[in-house]
Amino acid sequence: MKTFAQLGFPGRLVAVEGLDGSGKSTQIYLLKRWLETQRLKVFFSEWNSSELVKSATSKAKKQELLTPTTFSLIHATDFADRYERQLLPLLRAGYLVLCDRYVFTAFGRDTVRGCQPQWVRDIYSFAALPDLTFFFKADLEVSLNRILDGRPQLKYFEAGMDLRLATDPYESFRIFQGRILEQYLAMSSEFNFHVIDANQSIEAQQNVVRSLTAGKLDLGSFASQESAHN
Amino acid sequence: MPANHPSKRGRNSTRVIVPHRTPRRFYGHGIPDVEVDKLAGKLIVVEGADGSGRSTQIQMLVDWLEGCGHSTVQVGLKRSTLVSEELDRAQEGNILSRTTLSLFYATDFADQLENIILPALRAGQMVLADRYIYTLMARDLVRGMNEKWLKNLYGMALVPDAVFYLNVAPQDLVERTFSKYAKLDFWESGMDLGLARDMFDSFLKYQALMARQFKILQATYGFHIIEGRRPVEAINAELRKKIEAVLSGHQVT
Repeated sequence: MKTFAQLGFPGRLVAVEGLDGSGKSTQIYLLKRWLETQRLKVFFSEWNSSELVKSATSKAKKQELLTPTTFSLIHATDFADRYERQLLPLLRAGYLVLCDRYVFTAFGRDTVRGCQPQWVRDIYSFAALPDLTFFFKADLEVSLNRILDGRPQLKYFEAGMDLRLATDPYESFRIFQGRILEQYLAMSSEFNFHVIDANQSIEAQQNVVRSLTAGKLDLGSFASQESAHN
Repeated sequence: MPANHPSKRGRNSTRVIVPHRTPRRFYGHGIPDVEVDKLAGKLIVVEGADGSGRSTQIQMLVDWLEGCGHSTVQVGLKRSTLVSEELDRAQEGNILSRTTLSLFYATDFADQLENIILPALRAGQMVLADRYIYTLMARDLVRGMNEKWLKNLYGMALVPDAVFYLNVAPQDLVERTFSKYAKLDFWESGMDLGLARDMFDSFLKYQALMARQFKILQATYGFHIIEGRRPVEAINAELRKKIEAVLSGHQVT
């Protein structure tokens, strides 16, 4: 698998990964605001699946019909849809694309569910790798508490209930997230994650994110045409 | 059993033959936590284009197998409870990109594999599949998808006990399709490929591409090519003979 830069795309993709509650969404949002103030061609990719795929996915989840294999495949379908319809055109058009989660979320989650890691990776091999991946590493307890403090309604698959780890959804979620964290850590060097200590303050983390982004990407080349005319 | 489906065993005999067990495997990574040794039934696949006579042959095989005392289950493409409805809509609108559609079909296949095929085989039933991964692969291959990627994806599939490909020339398929549906289908004509503006020309070109792709796949997957331009009964007799060999644990010749 190659990055968008290695494949000769004019655009670049920056992805953030981490457990729920690691603060990654806050960080990518602040990164986006910073890039916008510099009037760069930046696009924050929200996971808007097409109606069709969304309908199949939500029906299957509601009815708890998914096995590890079909869970993996239906999410791969969803990802492919977004990749082909949204990400590829943007990257061809030379945008800086920011993604809250990318293929690594699937690698970790599906592997914990018992799918063969290589099978999952090969399925996602149609997608290029990010040019920059930040992994927000918080202590497991910190992430868990951020999510669980509000006593949210945990959904069946979200809590990993299909794995029969525990009968209590909160306990199941804890074990499930712990296993996903192990997967992230194992992938970290293989996929060149930039590990950010998510136990630090928001500002301290954003400092690292901004300076790494500026150091790794040629931000000047993403100046939008509009600002060039000003 | 129906009198028009004679068989040397079954007609006069009260003894039901217990199928011989043979080793099983998946093509690749398979499905997690499946014990293949416990899959006692047999998986028989019939492949071929629309209009090649697949469903007629399968119905006759079901009658014959049940007459012989075997419990049967039928599966086909796009029949999963999970995504079949959405797949229909996706086809109508032609709105999904190639990889997306391919994975959508794979999801449909996996759902049937895990929820119908594997449980039936575990229960010792005969599973008759009206098409299997080969049609899905051939469709994607003629559309330029990566072969290695497809092989990994469908590495989840169980290797069938026998695969029969009903070979019918594109010209004959046109006639059969017209007499059955009175028109050509958008997808079966490969209209998304832009092979020709005219649907008739496109149908002939597309079906020729598919047939060529099946011949290539045949080298890897070793299916039995059955000449489809013969009387229905003659074809079925050949299929029965080959399936009898499968049931007794012999190599199909």
